[in-house]
Amino acid sequence: MNAIVETGAVGKKYGRQWALRDCTLTIPAGKVVGLVGPNGAGKTTLLQLAAGLLTPTSGTITVLGGQPGTSPAQLAKVGFVAQDAPAYARLSVAAHLRMGDWLNPDWDGELAGHRIERLGLDPRQRAGSLSGGQRAQLALTIAVAKRPELILLDEPVASLDPLARREFLQSLMEVVAEHGTSVMLSSHLIADLERVCDYLVVLVASRVQLAGEVSELLASHHRLSGPRRDPGTLPANQEVIEASHTDRQSTLLIRSDGPVLDPAWTIRPVTMDDLVLAYMSRARDAETSRRPGLEVVR
Amino acid sequence: MIEFQLDAGSGVATYLQLVQQVHQALQLGLLKPGDQLPTAQQVVARLAINPNTVLKAYRDLEREGLVRARPGQGTFVVRTLPRTDPVAQARFLASMAEWLRSARSAGLGPDDIEAIYRTAFRDCFAEGVA
Repeated sequence: MNAIVETGAVGKKYGRQWALRDCTLTIPAGKVVGLVGPNGAGKTTLLQLAAGLLTPTSGTITVLGGQPGTSPAQLAKVGFVAQDAPAYARLSVAAHLRMGDWLNPDWDGELAGHRIERLGLDPRQRAGSLSGGQRAQLALTIAVAKRPELILLDEPVASLDPLARREFLQSLMEVVAEHGTSVMLSSHLIADLERVCDYLVVLVASRVQLAGEVSELLASHHRLSGPRRDPGTLPANQEVIEASHTDRQSTLLIRSDGPVLDPAWTIRPVTMDDLVLAYMSRARDAETSRRPGLEVVR
Repeated sequence: MIEFQLDAGSGVATYLQLVQQVHQALQLGLLKPGDQLPTAQQVVARLAINPNTVLKAYRDLEREGLVRARPGQGTFVVRTLPRTDPVAQARFLASMAEWLRSARSAGLGPDDIEAIYRTAFRDCFAEGVA
């Protein structure tokens, strides 16, 4: 099986609330996967399910061919960096690495040492006094030195300044280039994801709205603008994701499996930003119309 | 060795930007047969982009017959592109400038002119239909 993460209608419920629902994904190996969506959409839940920190309420999840978190061998295959890159504030950088060595059978001490040196971190420094960027790099070092096949990162760059963010992504991409590690990371920063990701998953309201290879998604979506018309008159192979109209003009974002031939349209390519926003607002609109109670109150 | 730059706002796919920069470097004579392209690691370490993007760009260049990957060594330029003839370039620049002046004196503004240019460009290269 050549999938890093495969889920079959997986769901996770907290009390009566679904945090993730009916999530079916097959993510091929060797990808850098970007997970996007509004806060509370289920991104962290999906990452924690894949890491084995949570067990699903329904459905199945397989990571690198095994059940997440069920055996030492399975744990060794997956590196996880939680939100805000937590570290033990009172322990030194060196102590973090020693701990990594004790806890991980395939620990690559040389790799960890090299990275710390290259980052210019003092091994004696306590983690509590590291900058946010340095702490994130320490967490990444520990995740990388266990030599996993998949690294999961929950909002790794959210709290970093632009320079630290760039440096963090550079080191992450170097790891991918050197070791062929697969990566799944969540982020709100589409500009960053655009650079690093080749697979995109958009999660909104506990459900997957869009998933696929970035290049295929960009090639199959177009922005059309032209004289006003009813989106219902489009060819059957063109699905409207987003539409806005003025009294004369229509602007659509469509998904189409073939070329758009109608000469009335001006066709522009879409960016990852366009895609994410279009699918997020479509899902939000569907969500509000599904709850008529709110309309009555208003 | 050349160094790649990225224009994040250009809307051009990252791998295409890399391909175009190699094309330009070949046309300008900055890259010659035998020269090595930066390794995927080097590009990634500089630009913080996905290594697969670099490999995709290099595969495209290889398919064009411009570069060849030597296992364990790197990717090398094997063929160059003809330099754009400077005389032809100057001639077309002059006729374009002439055309622009006449469009302006006919009352067209910069936006009109750009729209005309884009339409003509697209028709000529059949772009915009992915």
